[in-house]
Amino acid sequence: MSKQQNSMMEWIDKRFPLTITWKAHLSEYYAPKNFNFWYYFGSLALLVLVNQLLTGIFLTMNYKPDAGMAFASVEYIMRDVDFGWLIRYMHSTGASMFFVVVYLHMFRGMMYGSYRKPRELLWLIGMAIFFVLMSMAFTGYILPWGQMSYWGAQVIVSMFGAIPVIGDTLSNWILGDFMLSDAALNRFFAYHVVTLPVLIVVLVFVHIIALHETGSNNPDGIEIKANKDPHTGLPVDGIPFHPYYTVKDIFGVVGFLIVFCGIIFFAPEMGGYFLEDNNFIPANPLHTPDHIAPVWYFTPYYSMLRAVTVNFLGVDAKLWGVILMAASVVIFCFLPWLDRSPVKSIRYKGPYFKFALTLFVISFFVLGWLGTKSPTPLYTLLAQIFTVIYFAFFLLMPWYSKIDKTKPEPKNVTK
Amino acid sequence: MTDSGDNGKMSGRRRFLLVATSVAGAVAGAGVATPFLRSMMPSERAKAAGAPVEVDISKLEPGMLLTAEWRGKVVWVLKRTPEMLDNLEKLNSQLADPDSQRDQQPPYAQNHTRSIKPEILVVLGVCTHLGCSPVYRKDIAPADLGSDWLGGFFCPCHGSKFDLAGRVYKSVPAPSNLVVPPYTYLSDNRLLVGSDSKESA
Repeated sequence: MSKQQNSMMEWIDKRFPLTITWKAHLSEYYAPKNFNFWYYFGSLALLVLVNQLLTGIFLTMNYKPDAGMAFASVEYIMRDVDFGWLIRYMHSTGASMFFVVVYLHMFRGMMYGSYRKPRELLWLIGMAIFFVLMSMAFTGYILPWGQMSYWGAQVIVSMFGAIPVIGDTLSNWILGDFMLSDAALNRFFAYHVVTLPVLIVVLVFVHIIALHETGSNNPDGIEIKANKDPHTGLPVDGIPFHPYYTVKDIFGVVGFLIVFCGIIFFAPEMGGYFLEDNNFIPANPLHTPDHIAPVWYFTPYYSMLRAVTVNFLGVDAKLWGVILMAASVVIFCFLPWLDRSPVKSIRYKGPYFKFALTLFVISFFVLGWLGTKSPTPLYTLLAQIFTVIYFAFFLLMPWYSKIDKTKPEPKNVTK
Repeated sequence: MTDSGDNGKMSGRRRFLLVATSVAGAVAGAGVATPFLRSMMPSERAKAAGAPVEVDISKLEPGMLLTAEWRGKVVWVLKRTPEMLDNLEKLNSQLADPDSQRDQQPPYAQNHTRSIKPEILVVLGVCTHLGCSPVYRKDIAPADLGSDWLGGFFCPCHGSKFDLAGRVYKSVPAPSNLVVPPYTYLSDNRLLVGSDSKESA
């Protein structure tokens, strides 16, 4: 640095801790040296978030949150606005890719035990981000005011109506009307473009602060801070985030963008999975499409919602379905306390955990696939079976993770 | 928050002020939140938009379903054939609430056809599960609904089934029968949906 730059930095540092922040979070933030492929998805989630925020601002410039004009304004963006189609496809593809990277990010955490002590709070903040992300996806999907927007919203809001006593008042309060109408569209727009983005940005910031407090986990699931060089006081298995992981993440970004652009330019609707066919029809409150299913990222939970068909303990099946669906998402929050294994990473866990995790992944995919299908007696039975497996993964974890035959953890990280 | 006095303990006076300020703050917070939360309830305009609607059923053929709209909800008017009415009794054992015990209809529709006139069914076409609009399936024993299907309504969203009186089947996600709205006959062929009395039309 030249002398001038130095005095410039000095001037700033006396007024804002720029150099200290840069060091603490980048150039002298030590991350484990054995990060693998699975560690791309955190930074990719950040990239997608930025993509959503930027493209979202430009979509807002032309979109009209009015039940009479919304559908046409989206078509206007697609046909008449210069590059409007590109910006919208970046946003709609970004929404699906957000879930792809976040699901992989969460799966990474489950494989390597990233939710275990001392990262319980980090995991919970992450779950809060996931809840906000789901709300973002839901409110965003309503905005084009197509058939799937309308009926998807109808189903979700009706769930609140299932809550005893306050249900009806609550759903009127959510909708601002006695039915799904312009009032609801208008307020969901407000949530989608103001409330939730602010929340998610704050939560992501808090997530990173919490991460940098505990330090990253790694594929071996051992604490690099427990093994420091006696002379330097730095973790033996750590390397500075910048430049090592910034460069690695840029490589990940390039790979991701190749896939991302491929989808935007060649398959933006992804065969009806990213943008559903029925949403190209304007909302019609008098006709439910013959086949409705949520977008792919919600289908596993949706399957569980409709898997419950019997009344139980004096509570009707409808409410049980809603409770089960909510539980299927919230239950991730309890992972830090459900896992009783002496080791964190799947590398040192025993066959029971590997078997359970495999079954869980299979049930997640099967439930997701079933959620895209019309319900038949066979499919409902399958959904019931896999719902049990899904929950068994979590509820039996305290037992199987404890009696599992684990391998000893190494002292240093391995390849 | 522990500084207070010389011995590190909070004096009674300071504790009182702390509690009083917290309580006052909480009350003020609730007071400020009220107008914002209330602003999200249905507006006066939304409340006013619930007027009853008239439906002309003179052109309704037996077996035909007519759709109307009341308060943004689908209203079905179905003219049932004698066979359809006969079939209603056969289903009782498969239904969750065959005698319409649950309060899903006005008293004058709490009978085995769930209607004022036996052949004319008036129900809201809104699934009692999660608000989808079921599909009218009058075909007997279609491949997808099974050989004992005698006609009824099938909800494509979550697979709930209702018979031709809007009564829900057992073991489906929907908890109760379809809602019969308040309605009355203005004349033989003119229905008023949304009100029981002819005067309020």
